[in-house]
Amino acid sequence: MKWLLILGATSDIAKACAHRFAAEGFSLVLAARKPDELDRDVKDLQIRYDIDVKTVPFDVLDMEQHREFFQSLNPMPDGVLCAIGTMAENEAAISDPKKLKPIIDTNFTGPAAILTLAAEAFRKRGSGFIIGISSVAGNRGRGTNYPYGSAKAGFTAFLSGLRNRLNQSNVRVITILPGFVRTKMTEDMDLPAKLTAEPDKVAADIFKGWKKGTSVIYTKGIWWLIMLVIQHIPEFIFKRMKL
Amino acid sequence: MSYPTTISGWGRFPVTKTRESRIRSAGDARAALDKPGNVLARGLGRSYGDASLSPAILSTLSLNRMLAFNEKTGLLRCEAGVSLDEILDVFVPRGWFLPVTPGTRFVTIGGAIASDVHGKNHHVSGSFCDHVSSLKLMTADGRVKSCSPRKNTALFRATCGGNGLTGIILEASVRLIPVETAFIRQTAIKAANLDELTAQFTIHKAATYSVAWIDCLAKGDVMGRGILFAGEHAEMNEVKTKNPLILKPDRMIPVPFSFPAFTLNPLTVRLFNNSYFNLAARKPGPSLVNYRSFFYPLDKVANWNRIYGSRGFVQYQFVLPESAGVEGLKRILKKIVVAGTGSFLAVLKQFGKGNANILSFPMAGWTLALDFPAKPAVFQLLSKLDAEISEMGGRIYLTKDSRMSAETFRKGYGEKLNAFMKTKGETDPDNRFASLQSKRLEITP
Repeated sequence: MKWLLILGATSDIAKACAHRFAAEGFSLVLAARKPDELDRDVKDLQIRYDIDVKTVPFDVLDMEQHREFFQSLNPMPDGVLCAIGTMAENEAAISDPKKLKPIIDTNFTGPAAILTLAAEAFRKRGSGFIIGISSVAGNRGRGTNYPYGSAKAGFTAFLSGLRNRLNQSNVRVITILPGFVRTKMTEDMDLPAKLTAEPDKVAADIFKGWKKGTSVIYTKGIWWLIMLVIQHIPEFIFKRMKL
Repeated sequence: MSYPTTISGWGRFPVTKTRESRIRSAGDARAALDKPGNVLARGLGRSYGDASLSPAILSTLSLNRMLAFNEKTGLLRCEAGVSLDEILDVFVPRGWFLPVTPGTRFVTIGGAIASDVHGKNHHVSGSFCDHVSSLKLMTADGRVKSCSPRKNTALFRATCGGNGLTGIILEASVRLIPVETAFIRQTAIKAANLDELTAQFTIHKAATYSVAWIDCLAKGDVMGRGILFAGEHAEMNEVKTKNPLILKPDRMIPVPFSFPAFTLNPLTVRLFNNSYFNLAARKPGPSLVNYRSFFYPLDKVANWNRIYGSRGFVQYQFVLPESAGVEGLKRILKKIVVAGTGSFLAVLKQFGKGNANILSFPMAGWTLALDFPAKPAVFQLLSKLDAEISEMGGRIYLTKDSRMSAETFRKGYGEKLNAFMKTKGETDPDNRFASLQSKRLEITP
């Protein structure tokens, strides 16, 4: 039996991924701050796919506990998917360092810490995969959301480095770069329909990339091109733009 | 937590701007009710007209968890946003099928209840809500009420077929039926005119499933020529595949853009109908078809609603009571055929007895469903048909309607309407739950 650990399992993208991997026969360990919020999802996954599903409490900001958390997983998962992220207080953080810290820790420091433990364990075992959901917001800092963007930039670089380091071992690292996704996190934003993906689409892209062995996956795919353009705008122009 | 969007029913007419929020839990639904103004729960938006349109909609598509399944009785408890498609995907391979299904599997449980949908087995199995043992409804005060034929009966009867006007359906328990295979033994019978066709229904009244397609271009002596499809769930020994409960995934045919308005003209339609009828006539006797082609032929074409072009179309489904007889049906069909305004196929079915759900559409008699391009000549024709149908004691299906008058509605649903208004007044005195349709039909101010 193959086990997938999903960190941040209450997020919409995580839930969509849970379905996609469960359909492929994976059993699931769903980790979240409040695991009882997942009771209905657990029943749903069990009924639909006839798989084993467990929930475990996990707080990404409580980094002291990460090692104990990971060691307590039995069996050790075959792979881990990290869907943790927040845009809460993103605007307030632009002028308030106290609000900046939880954004950086939730989107970058915490995920990097737990994935470091997973990577070490997988490397020693000689197998495993790590899927990290970052964001195109990390590809270039924008005046309106750079607290979130800079944390995601850190996370993207972390995943890239991890992939490079583990290249010789049998551990795969996959970076997911979603553009706009219609989720709880973006519920109040007026997103352009053509560029906005549903969580199911993101999960399908993740799964397809995982099967194929892709390293970096943009979803929707068009974001690859958009970010290519945005990243190549000269800074003296970019700094004047309103994005 | 909401965002602006533009929505329409499946007929793509009318179109309206709205604010949509997604509910994932009862808590989300309650939070949405805390904000003032009209709201309406909405699933996959497959009702054709304006029954699911409102200035603020609560999408139930993320409220889609299956909560319990009893392997012995087939009772499934799930949230309102679970679609029939998902249920079929999960349960057909385990030997269970929907007790009643409409002509598309892309509707949610909440929507199926709100429309009290019917299918090809209405004459033997009734409509969808006859198989709903209980449901949970959030009323305007934010309380969750458990309703069933025995508990909170009035609210249950108003909610089944009530188009979301009593509250937000959160969960329901539905009894699935056991099947041995994913296949239907289908018999197609060609009939030369309406008398022959209706006679075939009588001959095949014991069939579990029966429905007929009528060629609306056939006039005079051959008016009402058509094909009756009768079907039974095939048994294990009839199916030769390795696992008779498993189907290969459907390959969807996309309609990537709206067709130009002239695509469906009398010539192309005539060509289609002639070839279709000849094709069906060439293979007499029973044949095995998988459940998807039997129940959901149009689901294979994603966005088939685009073939009518960007102006959209209207579906028109009426039922005439038994007292109107085949003669009544003939009168209406003749007007449609003579007008020649577009519907190239009509779907005919003989309903069994109706149920106690107040706004539920079916009643014993003939029902005919057609579609028309949304254009002025069509609206004029349909208003005339409304009058004749009302006069004969018939009524129009709310789930397909986008244009009937409040008067036609009142005549069609008659005194039952008072019972609905009473429950509505008690549970939703401020008319929080309203749709463009409920305003047009003067159910809500």
